[in-house]
Amino acid sequence: MIWGVLQFPGSCDERDALHACEVVGGEARLIWHEERDLGGVDAVVVPGGFSYGDYLRAGAIARFSPAMEAVAAHAAAGGPVLGICNGFQVLCEAGLLPGALLRNADLRFVCRQADLLVVDGPKTGLSDGFSAHQRLSIPVKHGEGRYYAPEEMLDALEARGQVAYRYAEGHNPNGSVRDIAGVRNEAGNVVGLMPHPEHAVDPLTGSTDGRAVFKALERAAA
Amino acid sequence: MERALPALGFEGVGHVRVGRMVELEAEDPERLGELCEKLLANPLIEDYEIQPL
Repeated sequence: MIWGVLQFPGSCDERDALHACEVVGGEARLIWHEERDLGGVDAVVVPGGFSYGDYLRAGAIARFSPAMEAVAAHAAAGGPVLGICNGFQVLCEAGLLPGALLRNADLRFVCRQADLLVVDGPKTGLSDGFSAHQRLSIPVKHGEGRYYAPEEMLDALEARGQVAYRYAEGHNPNGSVRDIAGVRNEAGNVVGLMPHPEHAVDPLTGSTDGRAVFKALERAAA
Repeated sequence: MERALPALGFEGVGHVRVGRMVELEAEDPERLGELCEKLLANPLIEDYEIQPL
């Protein structure tokens, strides 16, 4: 298993993502944003941070990077992709995932532990292997994490099993519509979420529940 | 911002909204709408308006 972790100018969680991949198992490599070739990796992680400074909109510029073109091709071929926080925003801006992320409802940056519920998905989805309604304790840290999509799109996403993670009751940190913390594409091979599973893989930092999110990606690559 | 204003003595200010304005020179103004749709605005969550200066 070879993992590729993208690195944009302004990424800040790529080292933790590399570490998380290695903890789950296999070799993990950084992929600089100017690379046009992913180098034959089995799965791609688009990490958190502030790609290109997030100056226009979070993730809006990163989606035009050469590496993201390669990620789009990898995703189109069925390759697994996990977007975390800013990576989730990048995947939404790139049109690889539905919806968008708005400024938190209370306009404040939030940084705390949150409980997530794993939502049942299609059999091909990256949630395979989780027990139904499994609860994960994973940190959130973002200023623009309020998931938004129009009502009819939300109904369609739910009907197709594209909601991957929801915040548990009382844990929605940002006003995300329908408590949505993460979504997947229709094929199920691209998943994005605002919480940071890469910060929850070591007992030293509290929870190790984040490993399950990476393991799901590993299974999807197998 | 709205909370900070009264703290600075600016009372009676409400409905504070921060937006974005992009100034640019375009050879082909016909394409500005497309440019907004594809990059400057995310039509799912943002409105835009084009004004000649």
